[in-house]
Amino acid sequence: MMAPLFSSKLLIVLLFGTLFGLILGVLPGLGPTTGGALILPFTMTLDPLSAIVLLTSIYCAGTYGGAITAVLINTPGTPAAAATCLDGYPLAQKGEAGRALGMATVSSTVGGIFSVIVLVFFAPVLAKLAYEFGQPEYFALAIFGLTMLASIGEGSPIKNLIAGAFGILISTIGKDFMTSIDRFTYGINELSVGIGFIPVVVGLFAISEMLTQSTLLDQVFKRVALKAVKLPSLDDYKKTWKTILRSSGIGSFIGVLPAEGGTVASLIGYSEAKRFSKEPEEFGKGSIEGIAGAEAANNAATGGAMVPTLALGIPGSATTAVILTGLIIHGVRPGPDLFREQPDFLYGIFGAMLIANVLFFIFGFFGAKLFARITLVPNKILWPMIFAVSVCGTYSLSQSIIDVWIMLFFGVLGFFMRRFGFSVVPVIIGLILGELVEGTLRQSLVIFDGNWLMFLTRPIALTFFILSFIALAFPLLRSKKQKK
Amino acid sequence: MNNVHNKKRANKSLPFFFKDEFKVFFVIIFFSTILLISTFTFDKVPPILNRGIQPATFPKGLLVLIMFLTTIIYYLSFKNPWKKEKKLPKPFFLTILSFILFVIISKTLDFFLAISVLSIFVSYNWGEKRVFYLLLVGIIFPLVVFIFFEMILGLRFPPGIITNLYYY
Repeated sequence: MMAPLFSSKLLIVLLFGTLFGLILGVLPGLGPTTGGALILPFTMTLDPLSAIVLLTSIYCAGTYGGAITAVLINTPGTPAAAATCLDGYPLAQKGEAGRALGMATVSSTVGGIFSVIVLVFFAPVLAKLAYEFGQPEYFALAIFGLTMLASIGEGSPIKNLIAGAFGILISTIGKDFMTSIDRFTYGINELSVGIGFIPVVVGLFAISEMLTQSTLLDQVFKRVALKAVKLPSLDDYKKTWKTILRSSGIGSFIGVLPAEGGTVASLIGYSEAKRFSKEPEEFGKGSIEGIAGAEAANNAATGGAMVPTLALGIPGSATTAVILTGLIIHGVRPGPDLFREQPDFLYGIFGAMLIANVLFFIFGFFGAKLFARITLVPNKILWPMIFAVSVCGTYSLSQSIIDVWIMLFFGVLGFFMRRFGFSVVPVIIGLILGELVEGTLRQSLVIFDGNWLMFLTRPIALTFFILSFIALAFPLLRSKKQKK
Repeated sequence: MNNVHNKKRANKSLPFFFKDEFKVFFVIIFFSTILLISTFTFDKVPPILNRGIQPATFPKGLLVLIMFLTTIIYYLSFKNPWKKEKKLPKPFFLTILSFILFVIISKTLDFFLAISVLSIFVSYNWGEKRVFYLLLVGIIFPLVVFIFFEMILGLRFPPGIITNLYYY
């Protein structure tokens, strides 16, 4: 399984990806999605497997890296580490930062490895099922993905739906792929090829974050001193092993659903840990179970999110949308055929994720203190540098200055979207699913001779539509229940 | 609690067109309407070649959906008003200004110069006054990035007054 990874080049890529991912995870505002998008142009110099190994190792390590800042400065390095702050920082304030980070490191590693096992066994099964899918089924599946995003994503479900629809709308810019008719191009030649994924991602994540940071210049972080990361004691293991396993399961499941992956997984993992705990009153005051619940879940979501990405070509999170773009750029078409035709490639990815989880354990355990120092780089130095890399990276893919302006436009738009409570993740997922949604809808209507009701005669498609309906109704029912 | 109460009261006393809810609703509906109107200008496929739906139908559907959902969030905001956001500080507007400068300079003078000017401008306005660090973010780092992209990725940057010195 790991044979392709026993090459020095791939191991160097893995090491670099893990280190880079940790740095991205530690820095508040950056994260694996932005980092993956920024490094995507550099992957053009690599072969497809090395490129995807680099992106997946960034994903795994970046998700864990967020915990370091969550524990030490009460600011999640990534959104997925938000729940870790709740108990990580209070425990660190009690002088037990090493214990908190030790538990975060162990539970993240266990969650990550658990999810790779889920990926290895579940992805091929899903890919086999996908052989039964025709155009109508793929359309229904994509709709299900978008409704799930609205349902269990962060924030208002309706705002998530608007953002998702907006993402799909962006994908319609350019020449219509079925008829070559220009749409929303307004005579601008560069727009006829459509809007690229990278300018939108870098704009919505990196540039909008730069604008956000410009509003937080007076923010002062209270840093807790860290002597060394400590492995959890036997008592801690006894207390948390059930929580870690439960959260690993929850995280893997949430990861498989197309949503905001680790962020939602960690919140659910944390609340379930509290619900099952014998000491729920300790949560929020430095509970070791709280850290374990959140961290195992968010890292377990990484493998889970790779399941639909590889098996169906439908991303399970924003970062896997970047990985999916990486696959497409390198000429790899995700889906059932990938499992039949390139098993070595897939096993390479699985193995790389497994090793990345072990590597970030080692780096996190021995280097957390060093990584925490990265947050000392002031924003007034860091963000202009990130801007320079963003601009050059965005320009490099198509060598088009229009792409850089599109990036800036989406940066400003992303800032205001976030300011008014619209998540930018659905835009990314909508953009990447847009062509699939429209293409499969139009091809289905050709098959059905324009009869929309024929969708209901396909059992798999009908199942996905029913699930979509439930996904949409779920937030309404939840809010009514909460009011009662 | 008192503060929250005061904030809510202050929010309610604002005319509706000053509230964030209305501004967001208005902007989305305004641009969606313009885009919807523009879909009527898309070319149509002749009936003999048309299989399935016209190219404009799908974007039209999406825009109508966006307008419908926006109306719902605006309606819901009457029951649950949005929390009032803090005023944006001066560095935010200066950063936006630096983006505009970047676009102008990259279009008229030089791409590399535009990156340098933006980096120094942003760093300075965010509080960095030490010359070495301004030179680091404005010249040394962009130069490293430029050479890296040029040498490793074989990227050719757009011509300009500084990049031409390198290329010719």
